[in-house]
Amino acid sequence: MSVAVIFLALVAAIIVWWLAQQRLASRPWLEVGHVYDRRSGAPLPAAKIGLGVFLGVVGALFSLAISAYFMRMASSDWGSLPLPALLWVNTAVLAVGSITLHLAKMETKRRNDEATRTALLAALATGLAFLVGQLFAWRELTAAGYLLAGNPANSFFYLLTGMHGLHIVGGLVALGRLTLRAWGGPLDRRMRLTVELCAIYWHFMLFVWLVLFALFSGWASDVVDFCRQLLT
Amino acid sequence: MVDVRSGIGEALPPPEVEDVELYHPHSWWTKYVFSQDAKIIAIQYATTAIAIGMVALVLSWLMRLQLGFPGTFDFIDADAYYQFITMHGMIMVIYLLTALFLGGFGNYLIPLMVGARDMVFPYANMLSYWIYLLAVLVLVASFFAPGGPTGAGWTLYPPQAVLSGTPGGKDWGIILMLASLIIFIIGFTMGGLNYVVTVLQGRARGMTLMRLPLTVWGIFTATVMALLAFPALFVACVMMLFDRLLGTSFFMPAIVEMGEQLQHGGGSPILFQHLFWFFGHPEVYIVALPAFGIVSDLISTHARKNIFGYRMMVWAIVIIGGLSFIVWAHHMYVSGMNPYFGFFFATTTLIIAVPTAIKVYNWVLTLWRGNIHLTLPMLFALGFIVTFVNGGLTGLFLGNVVVDVPLSDTMFVVAHFHMVMGVAPIMVIFGAIYHWYPKMTGRMLNEALGQIHFWVTFLGAYLIFFPMHYVGLVGVPRRYYELGEMAFVQDSVHSLNAFISVMALIVGAAQIVFLFNLAWSVRHGRDAGGNPWRATTLEWQTPETPPAHGNWGKELPVVYRWAYDYSVPGAAEDFIPQNQPTPGLVTHEASS
Repeated sequence: MSVAVIFLALVAAIIVWWLAQQRLASRPWLEVGHVYDRRSGAPLPAAKIGLGVFLGVVGALFSLAISAYFMRMASSDWGSLPLPALLWVNTAVLAVGSITLHLAKMETKRRNDEATRTALLAALATGLAFLVGQLFAWRELTAAGYLLAGNPANSFFYLLTGMHGLHIVGGLVALGRLTLRAWGGPLDRRMRLTVELCAIYWHFMLFVWLVLFALFSGWASDVVDFCRQLLT
Repeated sequence: MVDVRSGIGEALPPPEVEDVELYHPHSWWTKYVFSQDAKIIAIQYATTAIAIGMVALVLSWLMRLQLGFPGTFDFIDADAYYQFITMHGMIMVIYLLTALFLGGFGNYLIPLMVGARDMVFPYANMLSYWIYLLAVLVLVASFFAPGGPTGAGWTLYPPQAVLSGTPGGKDWGIILMLASLIIFIIGFTMGGLNYVVTVLQGRARGMTLMRLPLTVWGIFTATVMALLAFPALFVACVMMLFDRLLGTSFFMPAIVEMGEQLQHGGGSPILFQHLFWFFGHPEVYIVALPAFGIVSDLISTHARKNIFGYRMMVWAIVIIGGLSFIVWAHHMYVSGMNPYFGFFFATTTLIIAVPTAIKVYNWVLTLWRGNIHLTLPMLFALGFIVTFVNGGLTGLFLGNVVVDVPLSDTMFVVAHFHMVMGVAPIMVIFGAIYHWYPKMTGRMLNEALGQIHFWVTFLGAYLIFFPMHYVGLVGVPRRYYELGEMAFVQDSVHSLNAFISVMALIVGAAQIVFLFNLAWSVRHGRDAGGNPWRATTLEWQTPETPPAHGNWGKELPVVYRWAYDYSVPGAAEDFIPQNQPTPGLVTHEASS
């Protein structure tokens, strides 16, 4: 469970950092009157905070699944799974999608609606391409005889890539709706915010995918072994 | 960072929170059924939770009938008994307590108490309820599925949960159970995001975090914990569903069933236990923290005194929330873990007693020399303190490995957790309903019926669970369908079991009085007015009772003080509402 505990420690650090700014040591019973909150700049939009909290939940989900991966890995029946080369291509496609959405966000800042629309469409295409690529990777593995129930390594591979894929599907639904609206007329403030939120979500899912990829390729366990050696 | 000044002669600061655009319902359906109003959603959540809770209550009756009078009732065989246990536990913990505290009270109280018009994402909030309802329906469907509901125990430990020896293991029972939990978690996440972001972003002007009522602090912290803990149950359920349906071996070791070697091999049942309790222990506090918060407000309001040690109460809530994530393995002392782990988890478990004890002291000190009104909410709050201390003390016993190992799997544990997370939170739920029902309906609940309900429930719950500690201490194991002839089981145990069962029937029946009261008082209760308890918090200051859609009429409230200005010396009344400015009163400047 160490991965999950480390993730929680990270979340706890963020919470403590935030709480530290909330004057938890004040004496509310003495402070009657107006409160002026002199925070610099405008408050964050609720949707952005909401996404942040949601990514915390998704992070907890994946860190717990990864914890389970490491615990299950310790038993003797753990086999290995040859990673299809296609996964490298998929990784690149997902990264391109992430970059494209970042560009879309930059274009909204410049109020360049035309370029934003093009970038959104391109990101949508890369997202779909990633999903199709993942399905082909699954097909390649099943054709080679690496079935879901064959070995715990296979089970975890399909489970984790499936979970990640479903999150991408959810992101694509949001991105698809946004793209439709963006092509329907000029971008308003809400749409520009949604572009930014999609970009954040895509970066996060790219990060999760890189962690999972490192896990499947065995680098992550090498790192863990190295850390264990350092500790003992 | 923040200035605090007097309210007079100064222009209001611009709103920190923009006024939200409210969704306005166009038909009866969108107003009362597919409503996006948090208050309606709260009542939908509460009604559903109480309805399914009544099912769990009846299941506990059936269990007690078997334990008290073994062999008398033909329709309760061993399989049925295990199904009753499992469904009773699961429904009470998840579908009643969690849903009622967070979905019910969270939805009703958060927007009103922080001075918002509604939750920040009303549409997701509505979906949250309907997904919860779907989860409940899937759960109920398992009663009618072939083979009946699962009988794996509420902890659903594999491998037995998916084997043919367990009721529902090879039928639909376990599948529907896992599916229902997965659906519940998806629905809860939608609601949980709302509760957290509304507290963060939806607060009225002047409502700093340290001016929040403790109810909001409790629900807020519990929601954050639930958002982080439920994924563990989610992962565990998905993996077990894979094991059951697709033949994987996440949790399933090599096993022989009915003389046949199964396809599984190498899986780790302990892995499931880790995931389950990583969720399961925070879950205890997900139920307890809202109860802590609510009971603080009830005690302060009905003792007409400010809460003792408000800051300490807030810190304790946050610290308990944090600590509860690193104690999960104290549920697994008997799983054969490394003794050093046991030592670590025993230590963290006992440390939690410190902030918890601070809270109990503060409640008692709030009562000290207070002007205690023995209203129904106060009675239930007092009942909570007593039962919670009682259950908490046995928790200290069980937190120690050497004491836990012999007591684990006895009725002592059953008595402990029913006291601490069964009876105690339910007491708070009742108290809270008696307290806020006038705001929800505009009418008071009937006092006489309420007194009957309280005394039967409180004394009855004691008469059920106090003897159960003794039954456990003499070694009667839990989860046993029938004791039979065992040398160590004295005759007194059998008569006590019969006594406990009779009391359980009586306490259960007393809840019918409560339900009747709820239904009857909607039309016939005494008119409550806007603020019958003369309370300070914002929900009692709404222009209309029950609050209309949008809560606050034209203008959002502005908050000038904390939530506990009761019996302030020199004030005209013995309470000053949070949104009341005080002319001429200047306080200190707290800028950084």
